Amino acid sequence: MELKRIDEITWEIPREGKMRVPARIYASHKLLKSVQADQTLIQARNVACLPGIERMSYVMPDAHQGYGFPIGGVAAFDPDEGIISPGGVGYDIACGVRLLRTDYALEDVAARRTELLAGIFAEVPAGVGRSGLTRLSSGGLREVLVKGAEWAVENGYGTAEDLRMTEEQGRMSEADGADVSARALERGVPQLGTLGSGNHFLEIQKVDRIFEPAAAKAFGFTGEGQVLVMIHCGSRGLGHQVASDYIQAMEDACGIEGLPDRELVHAPFRSPLGRSYYRAMCGAANYAFANRQMIAHRVRGVFEKVLGGAGGMCQVYDVCHNVAKLETHDVGGRGRSLCVHRKGATRSFGPGRREIPEAYRAVGQPVIIPGSMGTASYLLAGTAEAEALSFGSTAHGAGRVMSRHEAARRFRGEGIREDLAGRGIELRATNWKGVAEEAAEAYKDVDEVVRVSHQAGLGRIVARVVPIGVMKG
Amino acid sequence: MEKYRILPHTADGKFRAFGATLEEAFAHAALALASLMWNWGEIAPAESIEIEVRGRDREQILYKFLEEVIVAFEIRRFLLGSVEGLTIDEEAGALRLRAVFRGDSLRPGTELLGVVKAVTYHEMKIENGCCGWAVQAVVDM
Repeated sequence: MELKRIDEITWEIPREGKMRVPARIYASHKLLKSVQADQTLIQARNVACLPGIERMSYVMPDAHQGYGFPIGGVAAFDPDEGIISPGGVGYDIACGVRLLRTDYALEDVAARRTELLAGIFAEVPAGVGRSGLTRLSSGGLREVLVKGAEWAVENGYGTAEDLRMTEEQGRMSEADGADVSARALERGVPQLGTLGSGNHFLEIQKVDRIFEPAAAKAFGFTGEGQVLVMIHCGSRGLGHQVASDYIQAMEDACGIEGLPDRELVHAPFRSPLGRSYYRAMCGAANYAFANRQMIAHRVRGVFEKVLGGAGGMCQVYDVCHNVAKLETHDVGGRGRSLCVHRKGATRSFGPGRREIPEAYRAVGQPVIIPGSMGTASYLLAGTAEAEALSFGSTAHGAGRVMSRHEAARRFRGEGIREDLAGRGIELRATNWKGVAEEAAEAYKDVDEVVRVSHQAGLGRIVARVVPIGVMKG
Repeated sequence: MEKYRILPHTADGKFRAFGATLEEAFAHAALALASLMWNWGEIAPAESIEIEVRGRDREQILYKFLEEVIVAFEIRRFLLGSVEGLTIDEEAGALRLRAVFRGDSLRPGTELLGVVKAVTYHEMKIENGCCGWAVQAVVDM
């Protein structure tokens, strides 16, 4: 496959064969090597062949192979001529990250860290088979799917201020529970308010370094050592079932003939099935927003109980990295509404976009990029440039480079816990094998991912944060 | 004959299951999937669930069949221990798979090894060779 060098960190697969547009990759030499080692580039090229794709098929710096679409892939489709694809969103619909800040400094919480972590571990269900924070009927759950985080706030989990600091105010308005199957609802009922497992985690963190003081100030960062909480999880079994249901429905309705990869199955965006998937996906996204809202509320409660106050715990932002949304972007000099698929990619809107909370509109959207378990994470600010470069998107994390199987063979969970303890990080987990699978060595270097993101103009680095306590599902 | 083999895959779980017949290979694939979550050999056959899935082709019925293992666990907390009486036939132009899952409910103290979140078509293969059938799948973890 031809790979054209545009500049030091920008690469292009020129249009050829059935490609409707070129594919563009943002990666350093080091990151490019890892995407060349798997099917990422082939998948990006396949995406470039889909009907109605606009501008380019984009690949973010943390990309790795996914199913059908690469993880770290961004593609936008014309809603009239183009498609919507469950594979372009991913199975964990609206998986995302919520960042909370406090007025506490490290020294205020250091002595109580073990107690805080134990409290969070007791209050936030995680791991396999744990029941959620509430058990609704399927009918009750449909209300969550329609109202999202707003449902959680109405039911006593958090405040209206939290909603203002959530993408879409925690509620995608086109959601309809009627488009979500009974089976998806059944999977969702017991898991509402749970962290889950795999790469999902909850961390107590401190600000390690501030790179852009003005933006950091706008985001409520007061200085190095400030204590934060980061929550990374998604729509759980409900989202997975929605993806699976619609992959199968689209196979039956639209066929799989001519698809280079069966996971690229899609429906015209305006078709009844395309619309139905979009409404179901919005419902799953609302479930994810409600889920993170409930967990955040529980964490706030633990801080209050252990430290005598939540330390003014406020939400910095909550943003998804697996979602499709209708957004206005400039194509050929005019603003057009497009269905932007981000799979393992984070929205990174620049200053002035009306979708951003007013408090941040002058500096750009907060972009939260979690590292792997126990490593640094980053807060970036979205840029106007990113809108031209990637439909306003950037990386979503570190991206795996080693299989779970291999990581579990090479590392021991208990060994990782000791290693983290030596670096001042306390770890609590439900499953040591799961910890071994999430070893930092199994992931790309997040520092390199955000450096490339910054250099390419996809997002400006505002602050680096590091964990002091990790809860792993 | 080896029932299945777990294979390396960067982000997820991958396995290849074998059988003298397609039906046997499918049944072993369900055990391979279960092996990523619990030790199926240690699960008592205390309960049964009747499974029936229909699909347009073999790949789709494999996908739906494997999904039943995940769904039974998430909704009913059912741990698969064995698959019995698996049949695949054609009905009204579609394939139909029927089987019985035997196993037990999740009990306190049961060791869980991990969670499979979804089945995928990624690198899915269903092959008939000289030594019988082999089915391969990648699942999202």
